[in-house]
Amino acid sequence: MVRTMEELSFEEAFQQLEETVLTLQNGQLPLEKAIEHFERGMRLVHYCNDLLQRAELRVRQLTVDGQGMPVAQPLEPSQLTDEIE
Amino acid sequence: MLATLNEPPLTVSEAVHYLKKLLEQDELLRSLWVQGEISDYKVHLASGHCYFTLKDETAQLLCVFFKHARQRAGLPELRNGMAVLAAGYVSFYEQHGRLQLYVEYVEPLGEGALYRRFEQLKERLAAEGLFAEARKRPLPSAPAVIGVVTSLQAAALRDMLRVLRTRYPLAEVLIAPALVQGEEAPASIAAALDLLNEHGEAEVIIVARGGGSREELWAFNDELVARAIARSRIPVISGVGHETDVTIADLVADYRASTPTAAATIAVPDVARWRQDLLEWQRRLQECILSYLAEQRERLLRAERDLRRASPRGQLDQQRQQLDDLSERLLVSMQTLLTLQRERLRGIARHLETLSPLETLARGYAIVRRAEDQALVTTVEQVHPGDRLLLQLANGSVTVQVLP
Repeated sequence: MVRTMEELSFEEAFQQLEETVLTLQNGQLPLEKAIEHFERGMRLVHYCNDLLQRAELRVRQLTVDGQGMPVAQPLEPSQLTDEIE
Repeated sequence: MLATLNEPPLTVSEAVHYLKKLLEQDELLRSLWVQGEISDYKVHLASGHCYFTLKDETAQLLCVFFKHARQRAGLPELRNGMAVLAAGYVSFYEQHGRLQLYVEYVEPLGEGALYRRFEQLKERLAAEGLFAEARKRPLPSAPAVIGVVTSLQAAALRDMLRVLRTRYPLAEVLIAPALVQGEEAPASIAAALDLLNEHGEAEVIIVARGGGSREELWAFNDELVARAIARSRIPVISGVGHETDVTIADLVADYRASTPTAAATIAVPDVARWRQDLLEWQRRLQECILSYLAEQRERLLRAERDLRRASPRGQLDQQRQQLDDLSERLLVSMQTLLTLQRERLRGIARHLETLSPLETLARGYAIVRRAEDQALVTTVEQVHPGDRLLLQLANGSVTVQVLP
């Protein structure tokens, strides 16, 4: 099953980029396929760049719910600003 | 209750002064020996006074060792973790409102009990193989989720988040809060580790606490913590205290970082490098397509050349030439044939001439026929006197009559 690019993590997209370049390098591709690979490669480059540009560290806090199961909840940065030391 | 209150009320100074006098009246407190382990050892450089805490497993006592007392005692070398026997008196330090031991003499007792317990646990766990290199698991190169076990209030947490945000903002941090000092800390840290494992999303766990005294880091020398790290299915990085502090948690962890910041650094890749890598791959991609296109162009040129060579026009030219060749050869052979035929004809004609009776007649012979029936006369018996004969000569014929 082929996933859309937006579903890829940076690492996955980066790996696909590497594979695309290698295929283009080694493969005896018909012109149409080669152009297709190149265009996909460029889209991956832009996607990766974009991911790096927009990335923002997410922080969640792991606690236990009523049944004793772990639950992760978003943690506001303000909850971390108080310092005891 | 209210009736027993003193009247009028004391000021703080009066109350503290009272307390101080009370302590100084006590026989034992005026001169006593205390056995314990040194921690929080500090020498005030300007004054030369030194301060530390004496402690055992359940209590602690603040101590002051003034410069003059230290000099009288021969400037003993003290350090944290050292078990000592201290002599002095107990009094109340009014300005800070605290009770302390004024030390006059110190005698080392060898390594402290806490230290011995640490050494024993270390030996036991080592014998079990918990520190073995073979148990250490590799860390994921780019974890999407990073578990962190520490106190939510710790400065160390903010330091780590800063490092993670800068180096690898693609990640998600999952904090499992824990008490990192005090009696409940070991169980709390172990529970947080177990919780992260139960939750299962984290790909690596950092167990961290900022620098502190040996006692403040003591939770990380607890067997509960060591066991929790050992049973974690997720690789664990320890980042406890400063460079010089090595705890049992450090020894069990899959990777020992010297500080929380170092732990966060080792846990993730640096996206700055990725940006460079990305540029490099982009360059390769473009180079690839350019060289591919150049190659295809080259192939096209080659094919065009081949095509030209194989084109019908070329074949036609060739056939035309062949045709020319052929027609010339045909012409030549036709002429040869004709000459030959002519020669043959001439020969036959000559032969025919020699066979013709006309030639014979020309030499004086005649052909004789009977005039009445034109029959050739070749014998005497055919002729009778009176017969009319026809003589055919070279240039005509005459009729003659046989004499009777």
